[in-house]
Amino acid sequence: MKKSAIVCRCEDITEEEVLKAIEEGYTDLEELRKKLRIGMGPCQGRVCVQIVIKILEKKTGKKVSKISIPTSRPPIIPVPLGTLASDKDEK
Amino acid sequence: MLLRIKKHPIIDFKDSERISFYFNDTKLHGFKGDSIASALHAAGIKKLTTSLKYDRPRGFFCGIGKCSSCLMKVNKVPNVRTCIAPLNNGIRVETQEKLADWPDVEFKSKSKETANVDILVVGAGPAGLCASLEAAGQGASVLLVDENQTVGGQLVKQTHKFFGSKQEKAGTRGIQIAIDLENDLKKFEQNGKIKVMMDSTAIGYYEGDKEKQHKFAVVKREVYENTLYEVNCRAAIFACGAMENMLLFPGNDLPGVYGAGAVQTLMNVFGVKPGKKVIMVGAGNVGLIVSYQLLQAGIEVDRVVEAMPQIGGYHVHAAKLRRCGVPILTSHSIKEVYGNGKVEGAVIVKLDNNWQPVKGSEEKINCDTICLAVGLTPSTRFLYQVGAEMEFIPEAGGYVALHDDSMHTTIKGIYVAGDSSGIEEASTAMIEGKIAGLSAAISLGYKKKGDSSLKKQHMGELDRLRAGPFGEKPRIGKHKISKLLGKRHV
Repeated sequence: MKKSAIVCRCEDITEEEVLKAIEEGYTDLEELRKKLRIGMGPCQGRVCVQIVIKILEKKTGKKVSKISIPTSRPPIIPVPLGTLASDKDEK
Repeated sequence: MLLRIKKHPIIDFKDSERISFYFNDTKLHGFKGDSIASALHAAGIKKLTTSLKYDRPRGFFCGIGKCSSCLMKVNKVPNVRTCIAPLNNGIRVETQEKLADWPDVEFKSKSKETANVDILVVGAGPAGLCASLEAAGQGASVLLVDENQTVGGQLVKQTHKFFGSKQEKAGTRGIQIAIDLENDLKKFEQNGKIKVMMDSTAIGYYEGDKEKQHKFAVVKREVYENTLYEVNCRAAIFACGAMENMLLFPGNDLPGVYGAGAVQTLMNVFGVKPGKKVIMVGAGNVGLIVSYQLLQAGIEVDRVVEAMPQIGGYHVHAAKLRRCGVPILTSHSIKEVYGNGKVEGAVIVKLDNNWQPVKGSEEKINCDTICLAVGLTPSTRFLYQVGAEMEFIPEAGGYVALHDDSMHTTIKGIYVAGDSSGIEEASTAMIEGKIAGLSAAISLGYKKKGDSSLKKQHMGELDRLRAGPFGEKPRIGKHKISKLLGKRHV
């Protein structure tokens, strides 16, 4: 692997991969997420989103306020399915 | 044992109960109060997991349960965040290769519980603690939820004295403020007004009847057995803090590259040295203070590099470092970090007026730790879920929920306080927490004589704290937030 900075630690996405995708025309966070799985790992974008916003701003000239943030859904941390499925207390 | 701090000028690391555990079949030991990751780190194990595509070694970056680079298998349960999971006797910790295996374990989740309260407070740091205390003081019932083992948030690692005026606890160390607040909290726990759930995470928002009630799911972890709580509340205060910013350079994911908060957690909470020789990136207050704390813990700080042409933090802190012989290089940055499986050194480079590296100025430095103190981003994922209107405010550190001067967002009954509402100091976080707690309680009908003058007093304190030159950024940020809010809701 060529020396490249890691943008998304969870899904192992490098700066190069992000730049390439932008050049291919994926020019907002939602598109990049669908193309590269950025922000879809266990940290849910806590590390990478602010980095990708900066790259997008620099590469596309878009105003940050025009770059919309991916949707946040529950659960926001990894939770065992057994926990989510636990039933009502039958007392 | 080389990595345990023996002598410290401020903290007395008493010997606590020895705990043995297994790491991939090797018997190791740590101490009661350790997190799994801190015990591993003290044993010299920094690589906790392997990356998904490129098989790169990974260790934790944030140390506070946010970056998820510390996921391991504990007693066969995969994906445990070992940086905040407590170390218990006899547990088996294993590295999980990339994706976790099919778990060979019966998940012992208990029955779902329901909790009905007036106010849910998410985060027991300075803002959340003050919000809970203030709301309970008005008579509201409060459920306080936090992911850590102890309350205090980032205060528990602030060994330095706070600035500001007496009223705002100036001259007191952060660790002492945490103890004071915890004592206040105990009084309300005894009279049942505040229920505290530690080692617990609010994991999702489920629309109740938004006008009258909000519904949240909270998971409480108890020695690797979870309980799911359905929390119904009339108001919620988000005091979730912030996430340390990452920088882009080759090698930025090597074990040994830490956020400043992670370094503080290791040495000031767990008494574990992050490494032997550190390069600090960032000469704002966090970078300067943590560098000095590293020296206090007996760790060598090779130098501080700062991309800006000037030092960002207080000059008192910078002068202290210089007196200890630590050079602070402005207009310098990290070009690359290298090492086989862990940090072994870094290349630093001078920057020109256009932030471009000056050719030929590269310098190779041997070190085992890189500490990043390059700003924070507010933790706001939950506020998105709730549906609060968000805006990008650079002075606040990124996207924040628009809020009025009562800390109320655009969703009825949803409040925000502290770094989640815009990056600032712990002292301002405490006051914002008070305002949020007081406002939420009043809105639910818990009124007392003198409420409005108390609120005014809090707001006055905020103004005073933001009055100095270092308060300029948050002042601008907060002004933009209220301006945008006004524009949208005329």
